[in-house]
Amino acid sequence: MSYIAKPKITHPGLNKNELGLTTRDYEGAVSTLCAGCGHDSVTAAIIQAVFELNVEPHMLAKMSGIGCSSKTPAYFASQSHGFNSVHGRMPSVTTGANAANRDLTYIGVSGDGDSLSIGVGQFVHAIRRNLNMCYIIENNGVYGLTKGQFSASADIGSLPKKGLPNQQEPIDPVSTALSLGATYIARSFSGDKEQLVPLIKGALLHSGFSLVDVISPCVTFNDHEGSTKSYAHTREFYNHVINVDYIHPSEEIKAAYAEGEAMPIHLRGGDTIVLRKLSREYDPTSRASSFKYLRDRFNAGEITTGLLYVNEEREEMHELMGNVDTPLAHLPYEELSPGKEELHKLQSRYR
Amino acid sequence: MKPTDTANPDYYHKVVDCQWGCPAHTDVPAYIRMIAQGRFSDAYMENRKSNVFPGILGRVCDRPCEPACRRGRVEEKPVAICRLKRVAADHRDDITDRLPQAPARSNGKKVALIGAGCASLTVANDLRPLGYEVTIFEALDTTGGLMRTNIPQFRLPPAVLDEEIAYILDMGVDLKLNHPIDSLEDLLGEGYDAVFVGTGAPRGKNLEIPGRYDSDRIHIGIDWLESVAFEHTKTIGRRVLIIGVGNTAMDCCRTSLRLGADDVKVMARKPRGFFKASDWELEDAEEENVEILVNHSPKEFVYEDGKLVGMNFELMEYNIDEQGRIDRGTVTGEKFMPADDVVLAIGQDNAFPWIERDIGIEFNEWECPVVDETTMMCTRDGVFFGGDSAFGPRNIIWAVEHGHQAAISMHKYCHGENIEDRLPMGMNLASQKMGMHEWSFSNDYNPASRRLMPHVDLKKRFKKLDIEVELGFTAEQTIEEVERCLNCDVQTVFAANLCIECDACLDICPVNCLTITDNGDEQDLRTRLKAPAENLDQALYVSAELPQTGRVMVKDEDLCVHCSLCAERCPTGAWDMQKSELLVPYAADESPQDQPKVAGA
Ligand SMILES: Cc1cc2nc3c(=O)[nH]c(=O)nc-3n(C[C@H](O)[C@H](O)[C@H](O)COP(=O)(O)OP(=O)(O)OC[C@H]3O[C@@H](n4cnc5c(N)ncnc54)[C@H](O)[C@@H]3O)c2cc1C
Ligand SMILES: Cc1ncc(C[n+]2csc(CCOP(=O)(O)OP(=O)(O)O)c2C)c(N)n1
Ligand code: SF4
Ligand code: SF4
Ligand code: SF4
Ligand SMILES: [Mg+2]
Repeated sequence: MSYIAKPKITHPGLNKNELGLTTRDYEGAVSTLCAGCGHDSVTAAIIQAVFELNVEPHMLAKMSGIGCSSKTPAYFASQSHGFNSVHGRMPSVTTGANAANRDLTYIGVSGDGDSLSIGVGQFVHAIRRNLNMCYIIENNGVYGLTKGQFSASADIGSLPKKGLPNQQEPIDPVSTALSLGATYIARSFSGDKEQLVPLIKGALLHSGFSLVDVISPCVTFNDHEGSTKSYAHTREFYNHVINVDYIHPSEEIKAAYAEGEAMPIHLRGGDTIVLRKLSREYDPTSRASSFKYLRDRFNAGEITTGLLYVNEEREEMHELMGNVDTPLAHLPYEELSPGKEELHKLQSRYR
Repeated sequence: MKPTDTANPDYYHKVVDCQWGCPAHTDVPAYIRMIAQGRFSDAYMENRKSNVFPGILGRVCDRPCEPACRRGRVEEKPVAICRLKRVAADHRDDITDRLPQAPARSNGKKVALIGAGCASLTVANDLRPLGYEVTIFEALDTTGGLMRTNIPQFRLPPAVLDEEIAYILDMGVDLKLNHPIDSLEDLLGEGYDAVFVGTGAPRGKNLEIPGRYDSDRIHIGIDWLESVAFEHTKTIGRRVLIIGVGNTAMDCCRTSLRLGADDVKVMARKPRGFFKASDWELEDAEEENVEILVNHSPKEFVYEDGKLVGMNFELMEYNIDEQGRIDRGTVTGEKFMPADDVVLAIGQDNAFPWIERDIGIEFNEWECPVVDETTMMCTRDGVFFGGDSAFGPRNIIWAVEHGHQAAISMHKYCHGENIEDRLPMGMNLASQKMGMHEWSFSNDYNPASRRLMPHVDLKKRFKKLDIEVELGFTAEQTIEEVERCLNCDVQTVFAANLCIECDACLDICPVNCLTITDNGDEQDLRTRLKAPAENLDQALYVSAELPQTGRVMVKDEDLCVHCSLCAERCPTGAWDMQKSELLVPYAADESPQDQPKVAGA
C-alpha cells in the first residue's frame, strides 16, 4: 500500500473514449493490497476494458464478497454502483440486483476462496441460471486476506510457504463452469493484460453468464518456489490457445485473420468478437472437445488460457423466464403489483 | 535498443532538466530542498559553488533552467527557480566564514584578468584560493561590468552587487580600476603566467537610416543606460521611442519611465512570438503601461526646423510557414510616430581595438576571437577568453560557466599540463528509502500553481530610479513553491534481475511512464508505450532483458513526476529512488601534482 494518493495529474497525451473520459476517470481509491498483488493488475485490466467499451459509470454495478480480491471493486470505477456482500454470497446478491434492474452491466469480482470454498453453492447456481454478468475470479490458490491458507483451487502437491503440500483435489472453475453450461468461459493471467483486457471486454458484452478465471498471484503468501500459482510457474506452464479481438460495430472484420483460424462470433447484443486460434486442434464452441482438451493439458501440467468456450445460443436469465424488457425497478408500482384481485385470478389458475 | 548505460553521468544528469539546462549545472533540486528545510545559508552555498552570484542571479538570471523545468511539461508553468534562489540569498545568515580563503602563501604564479565583469570575477573566485596572484584591470572606476552599468538598479540593487563582488575581492585580489588595457601585446610582455580576457561585448549596434546623426536625442541603448547608471543622464523627454524588443529594450523603456517620460513605446519590427526579450521582462514592462507596437520597421528620423520630432516607420506584413519560420515581410504602408527621444536597442557587437592582430590571436569574420569552447583558450597559448568577449553577448550565467572552465585551463596551463585533458563529470547515487513508505524527500505531488512575485505598487515605484520593483517571495509563497519542485534528481533506478513482471509499477504510475514490452529500436518503441512518447528531447530508459519473459522495462523520462509510487508498489524492490549528485569538476579539483582523481571525490 502507499501512503500518498496517486497524483491527479495525467499524461496530456492520454486517450479519451467516446464519452470523453480517460482511464484515470475509471480509477478508484488507492489500493491497500500488498505491493505486487496480481489483483491490482486485474483491477487495471478492468479499468482498461470499461474505458475501451465506453461504459457509462452510472450504468455499471460492481459486486463482491469477502477477500483481498473482493476488496478490489473499491479500486476502480469509483463513480459506479457497488455492493460488498457477505463472504461467498456475491452471486445471490447479484441475482437479486439483476432481477430488479436488467439494464445495468454487472461485474462481479471474487476470489478462489470466496467462489470455490465457502461460496461454491452460490457460484454453481448463478451459472445454472445463466445470470447475465461478468464473473471474475482472482485466483491465487490461497485465502490471501486470512494469511495464506490453501483454498479449494490449490493444486495437489502445491507447497505452502511453510508446512505440508496440499493433498486435496482442486476445483477448477473453468471445467466446473463448462459442465454446468456456462456460456462464456475464459482463463487468463494477471500478468498478461494483452490477453486479459479483450477477454474482459468480451465477457462484459456477452449476454448470459461469463466467467473469467484469472490466475492472480498472491505475492505475499503464494509466490514462492513450489507454488503452482506463482508468477514464475504460471509463465513457465502458460498455454495460450485462443486470442480474442473485440470488433467495434463501425469496423469491418479485417482480412488480416488467416483463413480457418479466425472465427467471428456475433454476440447476442449485436457486437462481434473475433477469436484467433493459436492451437488448430482447439474448438471453443464444442463443450465435449473443450472439456477433453482442458483435462489433457491439465494432466500435462499446463495452464490453458484464452477464451475456452463460448455459446451464443442460450438465453440468459430474464429471457429464460420471459420477463418484460423494462427493468422491474423502472416499472410503475401498479404494473409491478397489480393488486389483490389480479393475484386471486392468477392463483385460481393453479387450483 | 541496447540497455541504457546509466553509469554515464550524462544519463541521470539529463533527467534533472533544470540542472541540464543551467550552463553552470546548478544543483537546483538540492538547494530547493534546503530552502524547504529552512536551511537558507546551505542553499546559498550550494548555489555559490556553481553560480558564484546567487543574490544577483536570484534577481536577474536569464534562467534557462525554467523553460527546461519538467513541471512546465506536466502542467503549465515551471517552478519559480530563480525566485527561490533569491529567497536563499535574502534569508541567509552571515556566511563569510564559509567562503573560500586564499592560502597564506602564493603558489608563485601570476595571472592577469582584463575587465571586472562576472566572467573575470569567476576566474578570480576559482584561482585565488589556489594561491594565484590575481590582478584585475578594469577601465571604469567600478566593478561588475554590465551588471552595474546596464542592468538598472530597480532590478538589481547595487548593495547586492557590492556584497557578492566583495566576497571575491576580499580574498586578496589586486584590483586596478581606471586602468583600461590599450595593448594586449604590452600586457603580455609583463610576465604573467596566463591572461584572461573578460571585456564583454561593449559596442551597441547602430541604425544607419536617414537623419541618424542630426540630433543628440538619439541614443545607443547600452551607452545610455551606462550614463544613467553613472548619473550623467538624469532626464529624458516625455515621449520616447525604443527601437528593438530585446531585454536591453525592456530596461531602456522602464528606465525612461523613471526619468520622467510618460509615453513610452517599444517599436518591434516583427510580430509577437519573434521578440528577443524574455517573457517575464515583457510582462514587467507591460505592467508599467509600456506599449509594444508590432510590425513597424524604422525608415527615417523626422525633423521640423532642425529639431527631432519623431520617426517614420514602414508597416510590415509577414507570412509564417508551418515550421513557424517568418519570411522577410512586405511593406503595406507607412506611419509617423512622434518622439522627443529615441533609444536604439538592437543588439551588441564585440570590439577589440586594443588587441593587436599580429600577436597570434586569430579573429573570425565577425571580428570575434577564435576560442575553443571547452578550454576557452584562443589561438595564442596562455590567453583565455570568457563571457560576452568569447562568443558574443549572452548572459551572466554563461559568463560564470566560461569563467569556471577558463580557470581550470589556466590552472593546468600554469603547471605545464595538457589543458584538453580535463576531469570528467562524476555521479553519485544514494537510495532515499527510509522505511516502508518513507522517503527522505517529500514525494507527494503539490498541485499548487506557480506563485506570483509581489511587486512594489505602480504609483510608488517610479519615484526614484533605485526602488527595487520585485519584493521577493513571502514565507507563505516560498512554502508552496518549494513543494512544486518534483525532485527530478531523485532518480528511478531499476534492477532488471529483481523484476517479476507483476505490472504493479505500470499500473500505479500516474503519468504512464512505464511499459513492459518486447524490445525494438527507439522509433518503434516510442509508438508502443502506454502513453505516446512524442518528446524526442527526452530519453527512453531501456532495461536489460527481464528474467521471466525476456521482455524489457521501458521508461519514458519525459513526464515522470518522481512520486516514488513505482518503487512503493514494487514487491521486490526492483525500482528504487536514488538521489543523483552530479560531481562537477572545478579548478580546485584539478591537482596538477597529484594522481588524477574524479571530480568532487
Ligand atoms: C541592458 C542589458 C541588460 C542585461 N540584463 C541581463 C539580465 O537581466 N540577466 C543576465 O543574465 N544578463 C543580462 N545582460 C547580459 C549580461 O550583462 C552580460 O552577458 C554579462 O554582463 C557579461 O559579462 P562579462 O563579464 O563577459 O562582461 P561585462 O559585464 O561586459 O564586463 C566587462 C568589463 O570589462 C571592462 N573592459 C572592457 N574593455 C576593457 C579594457 N580594454 N580594459 C579594461 N577593462 C575593460 C568593462 O568596463 C566591463 O567592466 C544584460 C545586458 C544588457 C546590455
Ligand atoms: C463467513 C466468513 N467466513 C470466513 C471468513 C474469513 N475469511 C475472510 S477472507 C477469506 C478467504 C478469502 O479468500 P479468497 O476469496 O481466495 O480471496 P483472496 O484474499 O485470496 O483474494 C476468509 C476465509 C469471513 N470473512 N466470513
Ligand atoms: S495477501 Fe496476497 S492476495 Fe492479499 S493483497 Fe497481499 S498479495 Fe494480494
Ligand atoms: S516516480 Fe515512478 S510512478 Fe512516479 S511518475 Fe515516475 S515512473 Fe511514474
Ligand atoms: S512493480 Fe517491480 S516487480 Fe512488478 S513489474 Fe514493476 S519493477 Fe517489476
Ligand atoms: Mg484467493
